[in-house]
Amino acid sequence: MNIATTSRSDARAVTTVSSAPTLIRAEGVSKIYTMGDTTVRALDDVSLEIAKGDFVAIMGSSGSGKSTMMNLIGALDKPTTGRLSLDGRDIGQMDTDELADLRNATIGFVFQQFNLLARTPALNQVILPLLYARPRPDDLEQRARYRLEQVGLGQRLDHLPSQLSGGQQQRVAIARALVNNPKILLADEPTGALDSKTSEEIMTLFTDLNRDGITVIIVTHEPDIAAYARRKIVFRDGKIVDDRVRDAAPFLAGVAQ
Amino acid sequence: MTLLDSLVMAWTALRSNLLRSILTTLGIVIGVASVIILVAVGSGARSEVEKQIASLGSNMLVVFSGSSRVMGRAAGAGTELPLAESDLIAIRDKVQGVVAISGQLNGSGPVVNGNANWTTTLSGAHPDFTLVRDWPIVSGRDITQQEMRASAKVAVLGQTVVKQLFQGEDPVGSTIRVKNAPFLVIGVLATKGPSSFGRDQDDLVLMPMTTARGQIVGKSQVQADQVGQLYIKFDNGIDLKDAQEEIENLLRQRRRIEPGGEDNFNVRNLAEFMKARTEVLSTMTYLLAATSAISLIVGGIGIMNIMLVSVTERTREIGLRMAVGGRHGDIMRQFLVEAVTLCLIGGLIGIALGVGAAAIIANAAQWPVLISPSVIALAMAAAAATGVVFGYFPARRAASLNPIDALRSE
Repeated sequence: MNIATTSRSDARAVTTVSSAPTLIRAEGVSKIYTMGDTTVRALDDVSLEIAKGDFVAIMGSSGSGKSTMMNLIGALDKPTTGRLSLDGRDIGQMDTDELADLRNATIGFVFQQFNLLARTPALNQVILPLLYARPRPDDLEQRARYRLEQVGLGQRLDHLPSQLSGGQQQRVAIARALVNNPKILLADEPTGALDSKTSEEIMTLFTDLNRDGITVIIVTHEPDIAAYARRKIVFRDGKIVDDRVRDAAPFLAGVAQ
Repeated sequence: MTLLDSLVMAWTALRSNLLRSILTTLGIVIGVASVIILVAVGSGARSEVEKQIASLGSNMLVVFSGSSRVMGRAAGAGTELPLAESDLIAIRDKVQGVVAISGQLNGSGPVVNGNANWTTTLSGAHPDFTLVRDWPIVSGRDITQQEMRASAKVAVLGQTVVKQLFQGEDPVGSTIRVKNAPFLVIGVLATKGPSSFGRDQDDLVLMPMTTARGQIVGKSQVQADQVGQLYIKFDNGIDLKDAQEEIENLLRQRRRIEPGGEDNFNVRNLAEFMKARTEVLSTMTYLLAATSAISLIVGGIGIMNIMLVSVTERTREIGLRMAVGGRHGDIMRQFLVEAVTLCLIGGLIGIALGVGAAAIIANAAQWPVLISPSVIALAMAAAAATGVVFGYFPARRAASLNPIDALRSE
């Protein structure tokens, strides 16, 4: 299976045919922040495609544009120029409520700091996205229970965040990300706050979930973590500088400027 | 997201910071409680005055003979000409809208039934008296025209007299002695209660005007057919101010008072007089209630303050809610519901305190206290409105956060 990537400013050649349908497509996407007189190009004319069912690591140092790319893929933000479509829908054309609904239905977020609600039992944490779903499903509890069982916390439904270990908290967050059957699991440094053994467990969980069919995108700066992914995309200065599939030669080697 | 979801969320959030929530509602509690207490006590006092107004009879004017100034001094003959039967007839026939008219000629003396005796007011009245005064007969019957003409020795008793002479048993048909003359009891008046000046209105014996004039009060030297004071009941459509003027003009004419001369009689609208008192009372009540409503505003500002703190503290939570699909409106509603819930809880506690305190005041001060459901509903509505008004700004601030910044905040 080949994945198409283009970073137009560098090399507009490489476009390969993919056997899986494209889930995320960025075409000439730029994100420009203006602070007073200075403008910052957080993303500079980036094009890329991510296929359904892939396991992608987005890497790069701080300020490389990887977080900005993640915000766009997560439909938390819109590109300044260019087109970014999720599941065939152009997020640039959507208003904030439509973006909220799209996030709810399509994307499951996992954060470095877990972002669990204080003093709320695990089951209710996981139910939360379903409360915002339109239409609101009737079987909130069963769904949440099922997802907690899936991440191995079936016995801890009533536990508060303070009664769970870091790894367990992150599992609750993953169950929450999964509860509304999203197409994309978008994780931002998911193991950043965990020890290496727990990190390994979490990454194994991501691998299993990916094997079951969900598209997993992990934003990280740790090569160990990125190694779990099938495809690795490296950002620097708002551009893609490396994009390779595991156990294969890089598609775009040495194009950094 | 359903309203129930929002309520559960609000409750969870408020409970997770219980002490702060309780302290925040305190302003609302005090505001609502004081509004309830003041309105309860105030309207209790007002209802008392209103009862007195009603006991006077409605749409009624009273005519007294002699100016009050003269009555205050030694009686000067001629200036204090009593009102006469002819005055009554003239007013009845010439003044517009008179429905019923009756004199009341008062004297006093002992009334005896067997061993029991009681000194009371003895009043001569016309048959229309009970109609004019809105004073129903609860047992037996009223005085008839025929008894009036015949100066019959019949009596209608007030409740106090019944209590004193008959220990509350029905006296109709019995014979009592009034100033040593035997009178047949033909009826009993309904309870009227104390007058606005505290006099027991039920402490009287009514008899035909002619009887009273002949044997009880005695004839006046200057006015053989005196009728005491006149009570006049008017049609509902009549403006009592016009009627009062008509009566004044008529009586000045009849009493030959020169233009510019002082009246030697008084026409009073007692109900109007007392209504003015009620109005002063209501104005005061509402002024006090408005003052205490200010504490609702202060309480609301307290709630706004705490909600703003809460929004700042929970920025990450707001970011997360947005990330998992919370719309602008969902976030807004969550914080509004929280503020309103806070206020409603404060309102409920305030109502409980207010009702309790009003009941204690009623009990301790023997002061009538009225707690109307409408005041309670109003207090709750005011509390809810406080929540909406002062919750709006923090809620909007929460909803307008950028999810990316909110998620990144510490």
